[in-house]
Amino acid sequence: MSVATESGSTNLAAAQDTHTVGMPTHHKVIFVALLVAGLVAPYLLYPVFVMKVLCFALFACAFNLLLGFGGLLSFGHAAYFGSAAYVSAHAAKIWGFTPELAIVSGTICAAVLGLVFGSLAIRRQGIYFAMVTLAFAQMVFFFSLQAPFTGGEDGIQSVPRGALFGLIDMYPDRNLYFVVLAIVFFGLLAIYRIIHSPFGQVLKGIRDNEARMTSLGYRVNRYKLAVFVLSATLAGLAGATKAIVFQLASLTDVYWTMSGEVVLMTLLGGMGTVFGPIVGAAIIVSLQNYLATFGDWVTITQGVIFVIAVMLFREGIVGVIAKWIRKPL
Amino acid sequence: MNGEAILEARGLTKEFKGFVAVNEVDLSVRRGSIHALIGPNGAGKTTCFNLLTKFLPLTRGTIHYKGDDITAMAPADIARLGLVRSFQISAVFPNMTALENVRIALQRQHGDSFDFWRSEKVLARFDEDARRLLADVGLTEFAQTRAAELPYGRKRALEIATTLALDPEMLLLDEPMAGMTQEDIERISALIKRVAANRTVLMVEHNLSVVADLSDTITVLARGQVLAQGDYETVSRDERVVEAYIGAGHD
Repeated sequence: MSVATESGSTNLAAAQDTHTVGMPTHHKVIFVALLVAGLVAPYLLYPVFVMKVLCFALFACAFNLLLGFGGLLSFGHAAYFGSAAYVSAHAAKIWGFTPELAIVSGTICAAVLGLVFGSLAIRRQGIYFAMVTLAFAQMVFFFSLQAPFTGGEDGIQSVPRGALFGLIDMYPDRNLYFVVLAIVFFGLLAIYRIIHSPFGQVLKGIRDNEARMTSLGYRVNRYKLAVFVLSATLAGLAGATKAIVFQLASLTDVYWTMSGEVVLMTLLGGMGTVFGPIVGAAIIVSLQNYLATFGDWVTITQGVIFVIAVMLFREGIVGVIAKWIRKPL
Repeated sequence: MNGEAILEARGLTKEFKGFVAVNEVDLSVRRGSIHALIGPNGAGKTTCFNLLTKFLPLTRGTIHYKGDDITAMAPADIARLGLVRSFQISAVFPNMTALENVRIALQRQHGDSFDFWRSEKVLARFDEDARRLLADVGLTEFAQTRAAELPYGRKRALEIATTLALDPEMLLLDEPMAGMTQEDIERISALIKRVAANRTVLMVEHNLSVVADLSDTITVLARGQVLAQGDYETVSRDERVVEAYIGAGHD
């Protein structure tokens, strides 16, 4: 090997830091900071509120895996979030599942749904792909409205939180909180790993130059389907967990506005960044909570923020910060 | 050159609405040869490439590769048979480093490309091979440079390194010299000669001196049809070729 590669300019060292070797230091720092913040938060803020932020952060990150890293805009992610919420709620309430099993059931349902819808949707591209996903989500909404077990307009209410593994009582908010924190943190690390895996590298190739990937012998649709299923599964994990936290699965969870909200969170925080959707979810959920008394003004505020974000910083909040510090976030 | 055809197209036809881009083209590429496809702009050369690699569906015709009918196959599957193409517009992965560009080709053959649970550190096992391929095309010192930042000629070299990573039996190069400086042309010519030693190359090329220098066989296309075929001597003396390609009144 020639001298040039070995001589290790600073350029080379920097490039290797961000590309080839494991998790870069600044990402480790952020993950630790997030974990610490997560551990402290329930003592400073209302735990149910923080759990809501956590569930939506996972939902947005799952969505961003598909949009930011798979290059596919789904406009029907509520289908996976919502159906998982219904199944999780039903399993806990009617079948008497423990919360962890209820959440697993919901997640599996989202994965299966993702596989079925995804395998049809990936045959189309761009706006047509988005419309197909939306159409499927509307079908799930209609099903949820009509099916006997979903409770129609009322949804499934007073879902029991139960006891984790049948042992630890989940009714005290703080007990449940740490379980939710663990689930969400696991989800975020899983997404991070997917992005930085051999599979993630293929996704990057497809995003960069799809035709070239085909000419190298990659059957790109299979990779698109795989990332679609992974994204739907993790969105389902978020929805299933949410149903246990709020003891409720309702039509709101499968309505198209839910699909829109997750797009908003992701774009606001920074599409294609690892941490952006978490920030976006925290902002949107906070707005919804603190402006709840103003009724429709929440939607208008969200709209205004979205317009400002798209006009002034299209990379999203975290995307802009990443540009400033010249490091991927 | 050794005899039999590795790639054989019969009656290759592509009709777009109201216009025939490629019309009943028969093409036979001998194993181990460098075969050039030339012709004036709009002659259907790139369309031919797209048909042969199935990036465009055929209207009519058949394609056989090593005796097997590949007419109905998907482009990715054709690549997996060892028939790998390049593109006219440089086909690198702009946001990846040169090393990663080559590695992604190496990675495909080793079948762990769906592994989403493993760290990308496992890809480091391809680094040595990737560096060797980069060294082959003179890109050693650019291993960690983002492909988008490479000069044009280097991008084309990187593209060839990526293609060679698949160790294809047959390469289809679409205008490998387009937009290159004389210095780049000499380097890439030498490279093509070297890699063609144990491979078959079919290339579309505008630069006639390159074609004269490299190719064993030349097929001239004009208006979607084969005008002439043979070695450079034969083709360059053909009056129809002179008229259509070089232009009437050329002396």
